[in-house]
Amino acid sequence: MIKKRRIPRLLQLVLIVAGVYFGFILTFDVILGQLIPKSLLTMYMFFVITGVLMVFTFTEESTRELIDPIKALVEDPSKKVLRNIVFVIVPLLAGIYTYSSLLPSFEAPVELRTIHPAPPSKMKAYGKRFDLATLENPYRKYEKEDPDKFRELVREGGDVYIKGCQYCHGDKLDGKGPYAAGLNPTPLNFQDVGTIAQLQESYIFWRIATGGPGLPAEAAPWISSMPIWEDFLSEDETWKVILFLYDYTGHQPRSWEHE
Amino acid sequence: MQKRNSRIIMGALFTAVFALFLLPSIVPGLDASLAFADETTVNLDVDAVTYDPAPKLTEADYPKISGVNSRVVVWIVAQLHLWFGAFVLAVPIFVFIIEAIGMSTRDQRYDNMAYEFIKISITAFSLTAILGGLLVFCLVLFYPDLFNYLATIFKESMFAYALLFFVESAVLYVYYYGWHWLQGGFKKWVHLTLGLLLNASGALLMFLANAWTTFMMSPAGVDAAGVFSGDTWAAIHNFLWNPINIHRMIANVAYGGSIVGAYAAFKFLSARNKEQRAHYDWMGYNANFIAIAALLPLPFAGYYLTAEMYVYSQQMGITLMGGVFAWIFIIQAVLIGALFLSANYYLWCGMGRSEGAHRYNPYMKYIAVVLVVSFLVWFTPHTLVLTNAELKSLGGPYHAILGPLGIMPAKNTAVNLLILFTFLSFMFYRRANKIATVPWVAKGNAVQVALFTAGIINIFILGTYYGYYTNTVYKIAASIPQVLTTLVIIAISVAIDAFMYKGSKEVAPLRWGRVPPRSQYALFLLAVSFTWLMGLMGYVRSGIRQHWHVTNIFRDNSPDAYTPGLGYAANVISIATIIFMAMVIFVFWLSTVSSQKSQATGYWKEQGT
Ligand code: HEC
Ligand code: HEM
Repeated sequence: MIKKRRIPRLLQLVLIVAGVYFGFILTFDVILGQLIPKSLLTMYMFFVITGVLMVFTFTEESTRELIDPIKALVEDPSKKVLRNIVFVIVPLLAGIYTYSSLLPSFEAPVELRTIHPAPPSKMKAYGKRFDLATLENPYRKYEKEDPDKFRELVREGGDVYIKGCQYCHGDKLDGKGPYAAGLNPTPLNFQDVGTIAQLQESYIFWRIATGGPGLPAEAAPWISSMPIWEDFLSEDETWKVILFLYDYTGHQPRSWEHE
Repeated sequence: MQKRNSRIIMGALFTAVFALFLLPSIVPGLDASLAFADETTVNLDVDAVTYDPAPKLTEADYPKISGVNSRVVVWIVAQLHLWFGAFVLAVPIFVFIIEAIGMSTRDQRYDNMAYEFIKISITAFSLTAILGGLLVFCLVLFYPDLFNYLATIFKESMFAYALLFFVESAVLYVYYYGWHWLQGGFKKWVHLTLGLLLNASGALLMFLANAWTTFMMSPAGVDAAGVFSGDTWAAIHNFLWNPINIHRMIANVAYGGSIVGAYAAFKFLSARNKEQRAHYDWMGYNANFIAIAALLPLPFAGYYLTAEMYVYSQQMGITLMGGVFAWIFIIQAVLIGALFLSANYYLWCGMGRSEGAHRYNPYMKYIAVVLVVSFLVWFTPHTLVLTNAELKSLGGPYHAILGPLGIMPAKNTAVNLLILFTFLSFMFYRRANKIATVPWVAKGNAVQVALFTAGIINIFILGTYYGYYTNTVYKIAASIPQVLTTLVIIAISVAIDAFMYKGSKEVAPLRWGRVPPRSQYALFLLAVSFTWLMGLMGYVRSGIRQHWHVTNIFRDNSPDAYTPGLGYAANVISIATIIFMAMVIFVFWLSTVSSQKSQATGYWKEQGT
């Protein structure tokens, strides 16, 4: 048997884990320019380490190769110096970690804001009650029945949008309107697959009509600047602007029927 | 003597069958076809019974015992009952299967194993009953009006439930105590039939209980004020009944497998000799096999359940996936990932039993990479937790790359890969000890590689193109061909392997018992994660009703009508899990005690003969 000289297993493990860690940071923070949140990176690394340990310990030989140097470090008399160094460094590192995580910081506490809180089952607007479970866009049907009329409605919706919404939500509907940078939470990006594309029209109606203050308690504090449009737009205009939002972005409202 | 016994058995059997046939006449409308389910008002004039609307309660209507938090008590007791219920429902299912395998292979080890499984469930069965009684007691004590309301609607089915429970007990006892007596030929068939009966009554029991649970979520057969129409079948067959039936049925089998796996691990680790170790290793392997087999379809059943909740009510769907409970699903994803990882790890460790495994060992790291990457995508949250500095740097809470990974199409793609590669692990495990002798091995392998490659590409295209660039209807629809792709790959691969390894050579006899103790802890982890996961999901299911006892019909006005915080809920579930695990270990311990004998010499009086 020819013995290949290899990197010791323990070192392999450390290198792989470190490689993945810095790989994440390099890819996201440097190459893609969208940093990876620390909370997520911690979760990712936990399971990367689990995965690596699984691969390294599922056979006896490999487990022994991994454990033996650690055992030797603790038991082998000839490794006394190294042992003492390690035994000082490890508690020190743990101490530093504990200290730094307990250190009070001036960072505002993290907010876990729900972007899409659950809508109420019924809502009040325009002096009426709407049942959100059954509410539908009265103009949606023209999409097939009368495409010309539909185009006209979408155009009117576009006017409403330009007059009322683009300051915040942007003229490309990407959430980057002129005022957006000053707001927190930022206006939503309708082009994104995670906003209107996965919602029903009744939900959008509720959000537009009642705005930030209409958000339920679970989204509190709803420091949202989204206005209560019920005060400025008619019911018709609201439905039309919804048509426009979907038409411009090319998304379809969530629905359950196949066309 | 023999004759009398068989007469008793036949009598019991007859009674059981009779009771099952009787059921439809006790539960009105159980035989009514689906088409009539909606015509709820018809019954009213016939019965001419009038029902009260759902009561409007005040805080004073909820009995209080000082120092006792009624919600937590009911919560924990219900959860414990459910866990044991799931366990005793599941074990007979695979005992039945294993017994049948034993009968067809004539390998008695299967029969012994099946017997050992059912032995464990006997004690668990009485614990289930005790906990069920305790649950009813707690409900009547702490939530009398709710219980009353449900009981007026479900009184017949509650009665049927109790009756079925007796039937099930009777059949179980005959099945268990008659195991060694009903052996060979016709008798074995009678025994197997009893097993079938046991399972039928068990499944019916669960379906009935599910009806009450789902009625509270998606009430049917009542009007907006909660006045019951008199049509029990409509109330049972409510919107979420079948989705929950399916998800729970499969989940329970996986769960039962994992608990029995933990039992085998427990016995393996405490075994004193090689034979015992070999036996319990083999048992653990089989239990884990059952758990994985049932685990693979679970994500699909889960998505079906969620999709149906969304269809039933957008509010419920969003509360579940986008609102307050969204974070639970991250934890759920982590736990499910832990299930898949431990199941895979156990398989890999188990390859040490075979002398031929080293051929496959190098591939495992690639499987691990795919599993871990899929898993990371699977639990990437849609709403990220960001510090303010991160928020500023990103310019908002939306992440251009991670955002799209947070929604369904990415998760569907990831979970299909997770399943496929777990299956691949299993295929390698199966092949480890075999050498195919058919001439077309190379071709067969090539076909399989091609199949996997094409399938994976298909899953990717479906997930990315249809998942992101079409409307929700197609997005959701795209998940179906994805699943089908996965299933087709699995089915064809199994078929090819079956032919390819027909008459294959064994490398060497499998060394049962030659696995590291680490692998046994993986089995424990599997059982604990499962238990915790079940508790968590039960909390979610119950929590999305929010401040309603019965959604939109019967308001919860108790002091506990708020949704508890995630941390608090997790603690309650952890405590319940610990109690359950302690009870399960007690059950395991009992089974070891029952086979031990102490010699007490000089204790008993000598009998003069
Ligand atoms: C002052 C800025 C501002 C204006 C003007 C504004 N919005 Fe908003 N809008 C926001 C902010 C901020 C949010 C995100 C916070 C929230 O959800 O309330 C938002 C959220 C929304 C949402 C919720 C999307 C989702 O995925 O839940 C909809 C729909 C919406 N806006 C539509 C409109 C429409 C239509 C108009 C014009 C009639 C409009 N907005 C005008 C600031 C604005
Ligand atoms: C691999 C994937 C999954 C596994 C292993 C799994 C496992 C389980 C288990 C063990 C239970 C308890 C069953 C019981 O009470 O008898 C459960 C219940 C539940 N699951 Fe899943 N599940 C999976 C996927 C999902 C998904 C994707 C969803 C939805 C997004 C989901 C939603 C639920 C809900 C709401 C319940 C509560 C039902 C109840 O009250 O029992 N599951 N799941």
